[in-house]
Amino acid sequence: MSEQNTAVQEREQQTAQKTVRFEILRQDTAESTPYWEKFELEYRPNMNVISALMEIRRNPVNADGEKTTPVNWDMNCLEEVCGACSMVINGRPRQSCTALVDQFTQPIRLEPMKTFPVVRDLIVDREFMFDSLKKIKAWVPIDGTYDLGEGPRMPERKRQWAYELSKCMTCGVCLEACPNVNDKTDFIGPALISQVRLFNTHPTGAMNKDERLATIMADGGITECGNSQNCVVACPKGIPLTTSIAAMNRATSVQLFKNFFGSDHMVD
Amino acid sequence: MSRESDFYLRRLHSLLGIIPVGLFLAQHLVINHFATRGAEAFNNASNFMGNLPFVLFLEWFVIYIPLMFHAFYGVYIAFTAKNNVQRFGTFRNWMFMLQRITGVFLVIFIAWHIYETRIQKALGAEVDYNMMANIFENPFMIAFYIAGVIAATFHLANGLWGFLVTWGITQSPRSQKIVTYVSIAAFVILSVIGVQAILAFV
Repeated sequence: MSEQNTAVQEREQQTAQKTVRFEILRQDTAESTPYWEKFELEYRPNMNVISALMEIRRNPVNADGEKTTPVNWDMNCLEEVCGACSMVINGRPRQSCTALVDQFTQPIRLEPMKTFPVVRDLIVDREFMFDSLKKIKAWVPIDGTYDLGEGPRMPERKRQWAYELSKCMTCGVCLEACPNVNDKTDFIGPALISQVRLFNTHPTGAMNKDERLATIMADGGITECGNSQNCVVACPKGIPLTTSIAAMNRATSVQLFKNFFGSDHMVD
Repeated sequence: MSRESDFYLRRLHSLLGIIPVGLFLAQHLVINHFATRGAEAFNNASNFMGNLPFVLFLEWFVIYIPLMFHAFYGVYIAFTAKNNVQRFGTFRNWMFMLQRITGVFLVIFIAWHIYETRIQKALGAEVDYNMMANIFENPFMIAFYIAGVIAATFHLANGLWGFLVTWGITQSPRSQKIVTYVSIAAFVILSVIGVQAILAFV
C-alpha cells in the first residue's frame, strides 16, 4: 500500500513542475483578423489536445496571466471516426482527439484548416464537402415507384475491400493537405474522388456510375488533381486515395471515349 | 476560370506534353548530339531537319501550336497551385512543385531560345554550328542553356510519370513506384545527351 502511494507521489512530483505550452491561432468572427494567443497549462499524463482545450475552457487565462475568451473548437465522437475535431497541429492537419500531447514538440501550435471558411477560432465550415457529396450522388438509389426487389449480390471479397474506402469520414484533412484545393480552383478534393469509386463499386450504385463520372469530368473534377500525393500521406484512415484517383482516371478515360464515339447505353 | 471544358483541356494538356512535345524534345536533343561529331556533322543534320518537306506545316502543327497550348495552359495550372512542401516534404510533393517551377522557367527559356534561333533564321541569319558556338562564347549563356536542357528533361521525365497516372495507366502504388525509377533513368539519359551536345559547341 505504502509502495503504491510512493509511486503516485513520485509521479505527481515529476509532473508538478511540468507544463504544456500551446500557441493557438484565434479568430473572433468569420470576418475578423486572426491572431496568435499563447497558453501554458499544467501537464497531466496522457493529455491530448482536446483535454488541453477543455482545460483552457475551464480556466481561460493566457500565458501572460490575462483573462481571455475560451477557445472554440468542434468535436463529437472523440475516437477519430467523425472528423469534426480536425485542425492543423504543428503544421499538419489531423484530428485533435487522437493528438497526444506527448507526441508533439512544444509549443504545440493549433490552427484551423484554413482551406475551409473559418467560423470562429478552430471551427471551420466543411459544407463545401457535404455539397460535393450531393453533387457526386454519394448514395445508392434504391427507391422506385414499385418494389424493385433485391439488388445484385456484392461479392464478399469486394465488400471487404470497399469497406476500407467507406472509412472516409469527410474530415477534410486531405483537402487541407492538397495544394490544388484552394480559392483559385473548384477542386472537390481527393476524398470525393474516392467516394465516386466506392459508390461505383457497389453493384446497385454502379447502375448510376456514368452520372457520377460525369460530375468528376466537369468543373472542379478529377483533372484538378496534380499528383502531389499529399492526400494519401495525410489521410488518418489510411484510405488509398491516390489509387482511387488513378482508378477514376482510368474510368473517366474510358468514359471519355464512350462519350465521344457514342453509345446510347451508358451504364455498362 | 474553371469551366465545364476543363476536363478535356486538362487531358489535352497532358497528352500534348508527351505527343508531340515530349517526342520532339527527345528528337531535338538527339539531333543536337551530332555536334559531338564535329561542325560538319551537325550542319548536315541541321540542314536535313530544316529542309524537310512541308517544314512550315510540320513546325506549326507538331511544334508551335501544341507547345504554345501546353505552355500557356501550364502556366495557368502552375499559378493555381498553393505549394506546401514545408508541411509535406515528401518526394512526390517536391516533384509536384518542381514540375511547376521548371514549367514556368521553360516558358521563359524556350521563348528566348526560339528568338535566338528560329526567329533569327526568319530574319535571314544562318542556323548552323557557328551560330550556337557564338552564343556559347558567353559563359552565362552556357549556364542558361544547361539549366534549360535539364529543366526540360526533368519536366518531360516527371511529366511522363504524371501522364501515366492521369490517363489511368498506372494505378497501383507499385506500378507508380516502378515508373518513378523509369522516369529517373529517362531524366538522367536525356540530360547527359543534352548537356554533352551543349559542351560540344564550347
